[in-house]
Amino acid sequence: MTENAPNLIGQSVARIEDPELLTGKGTFAADFNRAGQIHMRVLRSPVAFGRLGGIDTAEARALPGVIAVWTAEDIADLPQIDFRMTKVQGLGPYRQWCLARDYVRYVGDPIAVVFAETAFLAEDACDLIFPEIGELDPQLDPLDDPSPYMPETMPGVLSEPAVLRKGSGDVEAVFAHAAEVVELELSVGRHSGIPLETRGALGVYDRDSDTITMYGAAKVPHYNRGAIADMLRLPVERVHLSEGHVGGGFGPRGELYPEDVLVCYACRRLGRPVKWIEDRREHFLSTNHSRDQHYRLKAAIDERGVIQALDAEFFTDQGAYVRTHGATVSDLAAALLPGPYLIPAYRVAGHIRLTNKTPCGTYRAPGRYESSFARERLIDAIAARKGLDPFEIRARNLIPEDRIPFDRGIDALGTHVVYDSGKYHDLLARLRAALDWDALSARVAARRAEGERIGLGIGYFVEKSGLGPDDKVRLHFYPDGLICIVTGVANIGQGVETAMAQICGGTLGLPMAGISILHGQTRLIDEGRGAFATRVTVMTGSAVKLASEALLDQALDLAAGRFGLPREELRYRAGRIWHEGGASVTLCELAAEYGGEDGLVAEGIFRSDHMTYPYGIHFAQVKLDPGTGGVQIERYMVAFDVGRAINPMLVEGQITGAVAQGIGGALYEEFVYDAAGQPLVTSFADYLMPTAMEIPPIETLIREDAPSPLNPLGVKGAGEGGITAAGAAIASAVEDAIGRPGVVDRLPLTPERVAGWLRG
Amino acid sequence: MKPASFSYHKPGSVSAALALLAQFGEEGKIIAGGQSLVPSMNFRLARPETLIDINHIAEIQGVSDQGDHLEIGAVTRHATFHHPVSPCPLGRMLTKVVANIAHYPIRQRGTFGGSLSHADPASEWCLVAVTMGAEMEIHGPAGARRVPAAQFFRGTFTTAVGRDELLARIRLPKLPEGWGTGFYEFSRRKGDFALAMALAALKVEGGTIRAARLGLGAVGAHPQRLEALEAELTGQPATPQTFAAIGARAQTMVTPSGDIHGSAEYRRELAATVIARALTRAAEDAA
Repeated sequence: MTENAPNLIGQSVARIEDPELLTGKGTFAADFNRAGQIHMRVLRSPVAFGRLGGIDTAEARALPGVIAVWTAEDIADLPQIDFRMTKVQGLGPYRQWCLARDYVRYVGDPIAVVFAETAFLAEDACDLIFPEIGELDPQLDPLDDPSPYMPETMPGVLSEPAVLRKGSGDVEAVFAHAAEVVELELSVGRHSGIPLETRGALGVYDRDSDTITMYGAAKVPHYNRGAIADMLRLPVERVHLSEGHVGGGFGPRGELYPEDVLVCYACRRLGRPVKWIEDRREHFLSTNHSRDQHYRLKAAIDERGVIQALDAEFFTDQGAYVRTHGATVSDLAAALLPGPYLIPAYRVAGHIRLTNKTPCGTYRAPGRYESSFARERLIDAIAARKGLDPFEIRARNLIPEDRIPFDRGIDALGTHVVYDSGKYHDLLARLRAALDWDALSARVAARRAEGERIGLGIGYFVEKSGLGPDDKVRLHFYPDGLICIVTGVANIGQGVETAMAQICGGTLGLPMAGISILHGQTRLIDEGRGAFATRVTVMTGSAVKLASEALLDQALDLAAGRFGLPREELRYRAGRIWHEGGASVTLCELAAEYGGEDGLVAEGIFRSDHMTYPYGIHFAQVKLDPGTGGVQIERYMVAFDVGRAINPMLVEGQITGAVAQGIGGALYEEFVYDAAGQPLVTSFADYLMPTAMEIPPIETLIREDAPSPLNPLGVKGAGEGGITAAGAAIASAVEDAIGRPGVVDRLPLTPERVAGWLRG
Repeated sequence: MKPASFSYHKPGSVSAALALLAQFGEEGKIIAGGQSLVPSMNFRLARPETLIDINHIAEIQGVSDQGDHLEIGAVTRHATFHHPVSPCPLGRMLTKVVANIAHYPIRQRGTFGGSLSHADPASEWCLVAVTMGAEMEIHGPAGARRVPAAQFFRGTFTTAVGRDELLARIRLPKLPEGWGTGFYEFSRRKGDFALAMALAALKVEGGTIRAARLGLGAVGAHPQRLEALEAELTGQPATPQTFAAIGARAQTMVTPSGDIHGSAEYRRELAATVIARALTRAAEDAA
């Protein structure tokens, strides 16, 4: 029925988002303003753990220009913030209130909120609020025994909300007859995705329609709309969220936090637009931290170094409360710890532990950055034990192609973990060839002989992407040829508009120029899942393809009716339907004739109960400075099979950005607390994100050897694989340079730690 | 991160600035490039009631060559030194050092005198002043006085400048031709505060060190000139062994404090490394 047109899918076309951003026309959260707006400021706990007594707000209230000062008592009708996605039971008591009740549980816990005519005055007023806090000893180490969560008001509730247990195969039996056992203890430091745009929101209330609109939404506008409406006990139609440009997502940004709810609640109660822009110090104190896991791994191996069973236990320091992500990080860590390896028997216990630190949530490759580090350290330890090179040990343990689709026999995020497609050995061989591994090893050996401390390391990972259950888009085709796709997805900078336009244009054989994407506006479409979990290209992209096909289907029906010819005799190419007999009509003509005000309208709904599993390998070459412990990354490569690359340039961009963040977590970034639970990292002077000076050129080997059978495009998500094994590969390379197997057991690899390992 | 309210004054002369300092007393605070003061005001760690902005005082801008020394106005921007301000070894050394001060935009705004007055232990200019024997010209109600660098730095963020005084100019003695200079700094990332840094100047003849200047920064309350090691270097061969030995000696002479980026013990080890590397660079420069 259709003939091949130049296909946009697979082309590295320039981002359609860029002209607006590059010419300074972006509209970020702080750019939204309304006449008469007032400014919100949150007073935050100065202590890590304490019993909250009276809060004296009299002086703050008396300050000219202050409109209101609220504490928990003033918003008693607001419930706790609920989970967005978790099937783990028993987490409910640990949800955060919008303002602290009874106890403060971390430095930064919101205690009171001020509304004033200017942001400066609001901050002045916060200085005039005096809370009574009876300080308590904080729990700071997740490995310590669980302690009372809120001892007086919630007796018996301990700081371990859940232990996740997964497994398959008879681990005990394997260990009983194991040839050898390898044990490791490893940890990944506390860090997070740090968007350069801090959080922010403008809440606007329309009295006539009793409707609240929140500008500055990101990531999951539809879900947050529903959650806010529920919390405010309003019908969902009375709350709208509107997304502007977003200066980075990475997991933390766009989740529902106390401030979002307070802005919406206050604009209605106070009857004025309410604006809140998070400052950077607040961001470090209050926006989700992540990572911070401690692993204990025990592997039973045979004489060839092949893992027969893995018995794992890990502890996630989740911080003060369980926020919207629920158990997601620990769940994913537990599910994907075995990675690309066969490991016939597996058992894991993942302890979610609360401490008196900033609450944690997801950060790009949540649970996989950490578990890939742990697993690949284990693989390296086995290689060292058996005297095998990093490629050989992995080749012996990888899942063979004939075992794929591979059912791990466990669940992740409530879906069954089945690796949908993959050629794991093939990618390993391709990376080895791309690196010319033997020659590279020889060069490294020569440099070592000259006294240089050089190391090579790799880390293999399996990612997951395309979380369902569904996604819906609506497509309008107008008589002038313009196409508008309305979706509930969000653009957090990843290039959604470009990719969706390519899929639509590619499916219809039309140029991208006339295609626009409307996203992140709850007014325009009634549902949408948002942008997270590397799901957009898989889920929304497939929905766009289905909608494009539905449009074509409709057009063919219309044309068949118009021509009075059988539909199956019609042909389509690049916006025109014709019959060999001479009849011909364009989509534009059909839209003019048959479309109403909305043009021709088609919907696409894509459903999927299973995630897709992209996979790849990170390679790092490092040079150590024995005089300082400094690590220089000389070379970095990522081999990554994404099933199908809609836009290879965007994929490369995703990989490069993610590697930079992965290097940050591996070498530089760490939230450190003192013994009293005071955060010692509250500015960019101490939170060391790598800059262009620290990031080497990133080489990529993007492959499309194992398209996903689970969606019509064959795509797998490319958003996270660039970070997943970065910590693993760099740790491996650093340990190789140090030359003492087993020493590198934690991230980040600060120069002081490296110097210590070098000293021995 | 919005500052508490303050009043603002923009004097056009040193005497006008001093008059404002006298008028506002403890409440008055000098602002130059503002690269340290403004962030601490935004964090409300500093809450000056009155800012006295000296950026517009013409008499304390720029560098002049006074024959045996350079005279540097207090509000001379770091970026002034991106290219040598004088063809002498000192001018070239300042250009090597300035590349290590924070980041390009900060160097356009931050000032030489502001850096000395702020007296951060990790300030590169403070290390230069101490090592090169700078002289500070401080103006106050009783007129001008000159204070040698050795007596200028009193501790972390503490100097000889009184509350009613203003650092106006800095005199840096030139090094004779034939001297080589070397600077080495280690920081977590390019542009971060140094964890340790050293500045060396050597006069080398026939492979033998004839004279030396050596200073160490970021490993104590303020930078220090290591005169004892300068004496030890004199007469020694300019070799890696000598420099390593001097580095090892240097680490016994410092009492760094630790922070999240490095413990005291680690910083002491770094002291040995940066001293040896600064000396190596100075020797290469002299050759």
